[in-house]
Amino acid sequence: MNEQQGLWDFMQQQSGKLLEQTLAHIGLTFISLLLSIIVGVPAGIWISRRKKWSGAVLGFAGILQTIPSIALLGFMIPLLGIGAKPAIVALMLYAFLPIIRNTFTGIEQVNAAVTDAAKGMGMSSWQILFKVELPLAMPVILAGIRTATVINVGVATLAAYIAAGGLGEFIFGGIALNNTNMILAGAIPAALLAIIFDFLLAKAQHLDIKKTKAAIIIVPVLLIVLSSFYLLPSAYGSKMLAGFTPEFMGRSDGYLGLKDKYGLDIRTVVISDAVMYKAAYENQLDVISGYSTDGRLKAYDLVVLEDDKKIFPPYYAAPIVRQEVLQKYPELEPALNLLCGKINDSVMTELNYKVDYLKQSPEKVAKDFLIEHKLYKLPRNGHKGIIRMGSKIFGEQYILLQMYAMLLTGNTDLEVETKTGLGGTKICFDALTNNQIDLYPEYTGTGLLVILQAKNNTVQKIIGNKETVYEYVHDEFLRRYKIKWLKPIGFNNAYAVMMRRKQASDFKIRTISQLKMYIDNSR
Amino acid sequence: MIKLENVSKHYKNTKAVDDISFEVKEGETLVLLGTSGCGKTTTLRMINRLTEPTAGNIIVNGKNIHDGQPEQLRRGIGYVLQHHGLFPHYTVAENIAIVPNLLKWDKRKTENRTLELLEKLRLPKEFMHVFPSKLSGGQQQRVGLARALAAYQPVLLMDEPLGALDPVTRAAIRKEFATLDELKKKTIVMVTHDVQEAFELGDRVCLLDQGRIVQIGKAVDLLFRPASSFVSSFLKEQRFQLELESILIKDVWTLLPKAINGIEENEFSPGNSLWNVLETISAAGQTGFQRFVSINNNDKRQIDVASLLAAYTQYKNTLVNE
Repeated sequence: MNEQQGLWDFMQQQSGKLLEQTLAHIGLTFISLLLSIIVGVPAGIWISRRKKWSGAVLGFAGILQTIPSIALLGFMIPLLGIGAKPAIVALMLYAFLPIIRNTFTGIEQVNAAVTDAAKGMGMSSWQILFKVELPLAMPVILAGIRTATVINVGVATLAAYIAAGGLGEFIFGGIALNNTNMILAGAIPAALLAIIFDFLLAKAQHLDIKKTKAAIIIVPVLLIVLSSFYLLPSAYGSKMLAGFTPEFMGRSDGYLGLKDKYGLDIRTVVISDAVMYKAAYENQLDVISGYSTDGRLKAYDLVVLEDDKKIFPPYYAAPIVRQEVLQKYPELEPALNLLCGKINDSVMTELNYKVDYLKQSPEKVAKDFLIEHKLYKLPRNGHKGIIRMGSKIFGEQYILLQMYAMLLTGNTDLEVETKTGLGGTKICFDALTNNQIDLYPEYTGTGLLVILQAKNNTVQKIIGNKETVYEYVHDEFLRRYKIKWLKPIGFNNAYAVMMRRKQASDFKIRTISQLKMYIDNSR
Repeated sequence: MIKLENVSKHYKNTKAVDDISFEVKEGETLVLLGTSGCGKTTTLRMINRLTEPTAGNIIVNGKNIHDGQPEQLRRGIGYVLQHHGLFPHYTVAENIAIVPNLLKWDKRKTENRTLELLEKLRLPKEFMHVFPSKLSGGQQQRVGLARALAAYQPVLLMDEPLGALDPVTRAAIRKEFATLDELKKKTIVMVTHDVQEAFELGDRVCLLDQGRIVQIGKAVDLLFRPASSFVSSFLKEQRFQLELESILIKDVWTLLPKAINGIEENEFSPGNSLWNVLETISAAGQTGFQRFVSINNNDKRQIDVASLLAAYTQYKNTLVNE
């Protein structure tokens, strides 16, 4: 999956998706722009009539624009949920300032003698507005619309975080997957859109003063046509809506696998991990991607669908320890293996829930668990040697580390030093191979794909079977790095497809295949 | 045709126009004259309701102007502004056609009228499709006038119509305006601060100061029977010329010496002003020569610089002593 390919190849391969995202991006930009014009131009006209309000209105629009875009999108979620609605509203608010200000300025700078003459000849105030003020203000108003368009093309990339689609899907997917081609496949079209629209509007702006009369008609029509692009992608597909993280969307052991192996044809939106679970809980999404032991699974009452065709590689957790240390302290391995088989997926979910949601300390959660399973012993306070343990920075690893610390101090004379928060996989593993730590909990899938970077055909051969994956990483780590995978703890923190418990049971969906059947039948 | 009855316009602390009454007869031109801030423009703008009076009545064509829609009223009144106020995004033809279009005239009729006005105002036909910005100041002002005349409005309001032009163009256009037949039939109220212009174009002049009428009357009335020292001092600058301009040959006819038969070199019409005659004599460089004016075959009067000035002095004295 990670083989380097040309940007062009990538774009061709993903052309359907690219087109869809580009259309969504254009649609998102222009629907919000259209709404902003519908509200902003009359607002600009209004404050040109009631000057004492101009300060307040322009000030308000100015404040809106100082809100960081991602924060503005964030504010919208509690009010409008996820998807197009909050994104469009946020973009609309962003476009307000240039549109209102330029409408106001444009009308203000119309020669007073001209409006006076218009009035004196017996034009009504509407006739003055439409025949004199707006045509003469049009170049300035168009300049405002132009600014707003370019701003919106840029900010619309962020809409991908709240499931509104657009080229941000590729950009953030690419960042998550460290895939430069994917980033560029999103960023280049976005930049091109900005340049093209800016160019076209500049043309419109400098049209002969005469032809701007035509612009008054052409611009709205064009806007509506462009806006309708956004509606196209959602016009097909199933009734069910899936929300996947940018990373999941781009992985062959993610959405691509769901399409290839299962033939799953579901309407998808890209969404940030931070709001995805909650959105599913609030019925805004029906199917989401996630991790099978995530505490939010419990918090939001979601169920994992069984991966009956085994597309998600197993991510069984096990401590990996330097061989040298195991030989030096033979009592280490049995003590660590005490945890083996004690924690399955739902138990781990529960534990994560306590830490992530109930905000209990990992230490307390670990101790409670060990006591419950009669594994807890008081520390012996031995001084035989120091074992340095590391962990990545998330709750599950903290819990595991605390458990191991308690097991070692209670069952052996060894001392323990914990180094939590070693960032991601690479940092932990480098610390281990460079003799900075002695062990840390790792996942088989990560070992296979990230650390060993196994060849694609090898992966395809073994990935369906958790034992063969374990054997493969066990053997390879020992051979290459002299690092031993101890026995798996028992839970599998893999990618998973999830649904609301109630909906899944209502529709009798337990496996991904059943989900596919359901979607195909409901069409 | 136009009648103002005790009209006032008060802003917060100032009385821009304070209890003004006058009447303009059909076909007459009244010039509102005064320094800036005297209330002349405000008075003018109240007639087409661009400014609403605080008190008083304004009657145009027998109807109180506040009885109908202001737009309706304005479409019947031509309006010429100092800074022409042409629509920069309309061609000359479109500018002229604004009021006809508001009145929903037939296209053909509007076009014919536009061509007619261009001809009358000595603007080439090719200007029809040109934008105002391509025209000179004088041409723009003429288009502005054509626009105000387009729909045969019986009443015309002009706010410093020549105020933005240079003196040469100004004089040329003034002459043109004075001879334009379309303007002769109109009831006109014009605002200016230029005494010369006021006397040349106005049938009557209304001198305003601090929102009140100081004097209203013909040029000679203001010159020779000033209502106050303000009037005399206002006219002081070019008094001699103004006086000569306002007195016509026929006014001083009987004061001129009888002509001796046989030496007829030139004839002036009795409608010429003394100033005109003096200008012509001076231009000919023959100030000493005798000239003649005939009113009919039986009565010829001798005109030369000396006789004219003598008649002027005598006439002036009779006016002042009246």
